[in-house]
Order: sequence, then C-alpha cells, then structure tokens
Amino acid sequence: MKILVCISNVPDTTTKITFTDNNTQFNTAGVQFILNPYDEIALARAVELADGGKGTVTVINVGEAATEPTIRKALAIGADDAVRVNAKPHDAYFVAYQVAQYVKENVFDLILTGRESIDYNGAKVAGMVGEFLDIPSVSIIKKLDVDGTTATVEREIEGGKEVLTIPFPLVAGTAEGAAEPKIQNMRGIMSARTKPLKVVEPADVKPLSEIISYETPAPRGQVKLVPAGEEGRLVELLHSEARVI
Amino acid sequence: MSVLIYAENADGKFKKSTFEAVSYAKAIAAQNNTSLVALSIGNVANDELAALGKYGADKVLNVSSDQLKAFVNQAYASVIAEAAKKESANVVVLSNSFSGKGLAPRIGVKLNAGVADGAVSLPEQNGGKFTVKKTAFSGKAFAVVELTSDNKVISLTPNSYKVAETAAAGTVEDFKPEVKSSDLKTIIKDIVKATDKVSLPDAEIVVSGGRGLKGPENWGMIEELAGLLGAATACSKPVSDAGWRPHSEHVGQTGIAVSPNLYIAIGISGAIQHLAGISSSKVIVVINKDPEAPFFKVADYGIVGDAFEVVPKLIEAVKSYKASA
Ligand SMILES: Cc1cc2nc3c(=O)[nH]c(=O)nc-3n(C[C@H](O)[C@H](O)[C@H](O)COP(=O)(O)OP(=O)(O)OC[C@H]3O[C@@H](n4cnc5c(N)ncnc54)[C@H](O)[C@@H]3O)c2cc1C
Ligand SMILES: Nc1ncnc2c1ncn2[C@@H]1O[C@H](COP(=O)(O)O)[C@@H](O)[C@H]1O
Repeated sequence: MKILVCISNVPDTTTKITFTDNNTQFNTAGVQFILNPYDEIALARAVELADGGKGTVTVINVGEAATEPTIRKALAIGADDAVRVNAKPHDAYFVAYQVAQYVKENVFDLILTGRESIDYNGAKVAGMVGEFLDIPSVSIIKKLDVDGTTATVEREIEGGKEVLTIPFPLVAGTAEGAAEPKIQNMRGIMSARTKPLKVVEPADVKPLSEIISYETPAPRGQVKLVPAGEEGRLVELLHSEARVI
Repeated sequence: MSVLIYAENADGKFKKSTFEAVSYAKAIAAQNNTSLVALSIGNVANDELAALGKYGADKVLNVSSDQLKAFVNQAYASVIAEAAKKESANVVVLSNSFSGKGLAPRIGVKLNAGVADGAVSLPEQNGGKFTVKKTAFSGKAFAVVELTSDNKVISLTPNSYKVAETAAAGTVEDFKPEVKSSDLKTIIKDIVKATDKVSLPDAEIVVSGGRGLKGPENWGMIEELAGLLGAATACSKPVSDAGWRPHSEHVGQTGIAVSPNLYIAIGISGAIQHLAGISSSKVIVVINKDPEAPFFKVADYGIVGDAFEVVPKLIEAVKSYKASA
C-alpha cells in the first residue's frame, strides 16, 4: 500500500495574527511555522497503517525552501521519503494541481490530507485533488481503516456521523480522532536527516484566486458584567439591547 | 449567463442556511441583471421546492433519482456542474456546510472556477473579477480573495447573510442528469444522527459547557436552558475528549466552527483554540466563576459566578421572560 500525505506549513496556533503593507501581507516576523495539526493526524494514521511493512508513506509539500524544517519533521515522525514541489502555494487549485500531477506520475493507493489548513481554512485541497484525478474524496474523517484495497471511514456530518466504504484509490481529509499525533523521538530526528527529500519543479498551471488584502475583526466592546443573582437583568439585556432573544 | 444555487436539503426539507444561500445568490444575480436557478437533489416535495421561489429562485431544477438518494460528493458535484453548464451559469453558490465543503472544490475543478470558501459578505465586482471576504486564520482575521477566473464558486458561511423574501414565485422543472457509475464508488454503510436536536452549525443560539461543569451528570441544566431558548448544545474539547458529550458537539479550532447570533459559554476558560471556533458569533455571553478567565475579554455580557447557582436562576429568568412575552 502506497500512501501519500499532503502537508502544509502554517503559523503556530497561538500566533498573534498581524498584517503589513496596508493590510496586504501577512506579517511573518517572529511567527513560528509548524506542520498543520490536521496533517499531523493524517501522517500519524498513515504511519500506523504502513507499520510492519504493510506500506510506505511519502509526504508532499508545495512550498519554497523555507518549508523544509516542517518536511524534515514529517520524516522524523515516520514518513519514508518526501517531495517538495518548489513553488509558492498560490491557491488551493494550484497546490492540488501539483499534487495530482505528482500522483499521475507516481501511483498511490491512499492520499491523505488534513481536513483544512489552519491558516486559510479552505478545506479545498482534498476535493480538488480528487477531482483532478477523478477519484473519490471524503473529508472530516474521524476514523480510517483499510481492508485489502478498500477503506472504511467515519465522516462527521451535521449532528452525527456517517460510515462509508471506498475502494482505492481515494483522497481522505483527516480530523481529530483518526489518530493520535506522534511525538518525534531522537532516532526519528537522526534518521530524518538522511531520508530522501526530492525537490521537483512545479507543473505549469495558473492559480484561479488570490488573496489581495486582510482585515482584522472589529474588537468587541468592553464586556458588560451583570452581578450574579440578577439573571433577569441579563435576559432583559439580551432581549432589548442585544436583540438576540 | 445566470447564477446557480445548489439548494441543500436535510431529509427533504430546506434549512435556514439554504434560504440564506438562495437570498445571497439572488443578490449576486441582481447585481448582474441575470436570473437565479436553484438546483435541488434528492427527495423533496413540490411545495417545499416552490418555497425556493420565495427567496428569489426564478427557476427550480429538481433532480430526484434513486442513484442520488444518498449524498456522494463526487456524483453530486457532477450533477451540479452539469446543471451549471446547461443553464450557462458562471457563478455557482452553495452553503459552506459539511456537504458544501465536500462539493465546492470538486465543482471548482470541473468548471475551472476559482473557489471562495466560507464567504461572509456579497462579492464586489470589477470587470469580471469578484472579490469576496472570507474568514481566515481560524477566525482571527478575514481574507479578501479575488477570483480571477471566468467561472466562480462561492460557498456562504451559515448565519452571515440575512434571508430575504421576494414576491415572485419560481417554476419547478425536472432535471435528469446522467449519473456515471464511476462517480458512485463511495458506499454509505450507516448514518448515525441525533435528529431531535437543533443542528449545531445552523443554530442561531448555542449553549456551550466546559470543564467547569465537572461531569456529564451536570448537563441537565445546559440542555434545559438550550431547550428553552431553541438552542443547540455544544462543549469544549476536553469535555468531548472525556466522553462527557459526543464529539459532534465539540467546537473550536479542531472541532466545529459556529457563528450563531448568541453563544453562551458556561464554565469554559476561553482558550485561543476554543475561541477560534466561536469568535464570529454575534453576541457572546460568558458565565464563569473566575473573573480573570480569558473568555471575558471577548465577551459582550458576562456573569462572574458559580454556574451551579447562576444557570438555574438564568433558567427561571428565561421562563418568566417567555411567560411575559
Ligand atoms: C492543537 C490544539 C487544538 C485544540 N483545539 C481545541 C478546540 O477545538 N476546542 C476547544 O475547546 N479546545 C481546544 N483545545 C484545548 C484548549 O487549549 C483548552 O484546553 C480547552 O478549550 C479548555 O477547555 P475548558 O475551558 O472547558 O476547560 P478549562 O480550561 O479547565 O476551564 C474551565 C473553566 O471553568 C471555570 N469554572 C470552574 N468551575 C466553575 C463553576 N462552578 N462555575 C463556573 N465556572 C467554573 C474555570 O474558572 C475555568 O475558566 C486545543 C488545544 C490544542 C493544543
Ligand atoms: N502547500 C501545500 N502543500 C501540500 N499540501 C497542502 C498544502 N496546502 C494544503 N495542503 C493539504 O491540504 C489540506 C487542506 O488544506 P486547505 O485546502 O488549504 O484547507 C491540508 O491539511 C494539507 O493536507
């Protein structure tokens, strides 16, 4: 079983988000970049599924050289080899096209992504890769098992869950529950240095969207505190002032 | 040209988020002096289909096929793209629901269209380009995205556009698309749903509990308050991790993102990962015994107090408000 895990390099969860150049650029000064937390789950599940010689795990990232520490981290966690498509990840369409192109030249049974990247929260790459390859895509996967050449997944839906079976090849976007993130150990970190990381040039395709500016949400006013014991007053405020009940 | 809206139904009924998306799509059609075509897939009664007209659909295409009874995004995306081509629609709108998230990227590729996911306002148009505002950085900012392609796909964040009724009534037509068996490789084995509850992503009011509630046995008052307000219940991550509440209720960065009119947080500290899922709520009420809890910094209203005293009194207050209303 050949597994490909798509990984993205994102600002750490606790980063304070600011912008420069008249709110047209994300301010990366002092920002720590990490492996997208959902991709960490995808990778952990991939490593579990491949364990004991049952398969191989390749990670792919579309990004410039600055993403290599994140790729090395994925190798330390347990991927066998890595590919970096040497380009700025312009938009999901561009990224998915590159991933699909790589899969067309190097066959995979199972392509895993995170449910979304925590920076732009697009949740688009998985479905786009699926469409470019004309294979099934499923997302918000809380459980993923493989039996021969069929995957059984549990997908989150409004107010519940759905159990699906899908034959290989497929794309699945994982979320919490699919696996516990793996801690990298010293041996992993050492071996990651010598695992193959191939750099390939991007295929020629035009992105279809572009972020032109950012806005930060209007700050909320000071909290209005109502003393305990005056719950009726809170209800009154929610009704006549906030107009939400 | 025209605008196509995919009108998602839940068990044969359209949800409020669908009507929001229809109203939103109608406004885009109006900006371009063109018509709005709604597409429904599944088993929906005729009067329900006709209701889409009230929100602006000039025409409703109804696809009711045994092959498409269950939602398979690959097959649905093909049908939606086929309808877009048939209607010469260059803008496709859908709700950014769980299904919408599975569909939008596939439709985007099929139509060679840029995708604006999770839009929160109407596009601004400029010489064939659209710029659309969407949430980014887990609710910590908005990004303005420019769609440069001729065709566009926009998915609308629930609760971010007001439903608008129009006087017109749309016509309903049957549409019989070709369904390829290669689009139906995904087989649905089982669906587990709590149907008697208000669905969390669509809810206008959410009552949410955290670790401050001490244990699952104390959720009775949360459910009672939610019931009185017609609200959905939610929880913080440690609460669902501990199995006190189902995972489908977990909100935040790693759970569901909600944007209700009113979010009531009880015994939740307000960690940044929790706030990521709720910060676009219109009004936030926090009940916490610790006046230093970070949640108060983003709240509109708050009560500093013990949830086990405050919540029962709040329930009584809501009851008397309802009795007098
Ligand atoms: C990568 C990552 C992702 C995460 N994703 C999420 C996520 O999606 N969603 C999420 O919620 N968390 C998430 N977390 C966890 C998050 O950091 C917090 O740990 C979590 O939100 C805390 O939950 P809590 O507020 O219920 O519990 P606590 O932090 O323990 O807070 C309990 C609160 O209850 C109050 N309290 C106690 N007793 C009472 C009482 N009797 N009456 C009133 N108030 C009382 C306390 O003052 C306290 O403020 C994530 C963490 C990481 C690292
Ligand atoms: N630049 C990238 N390179 C490789 N994979 C990516 C990249 N960006 C996003 N992905 C994958 O696509 C998933 C969804 O990302 P998004 O569609 O941006 O929310 C992520 O969790 C990753 O698995």
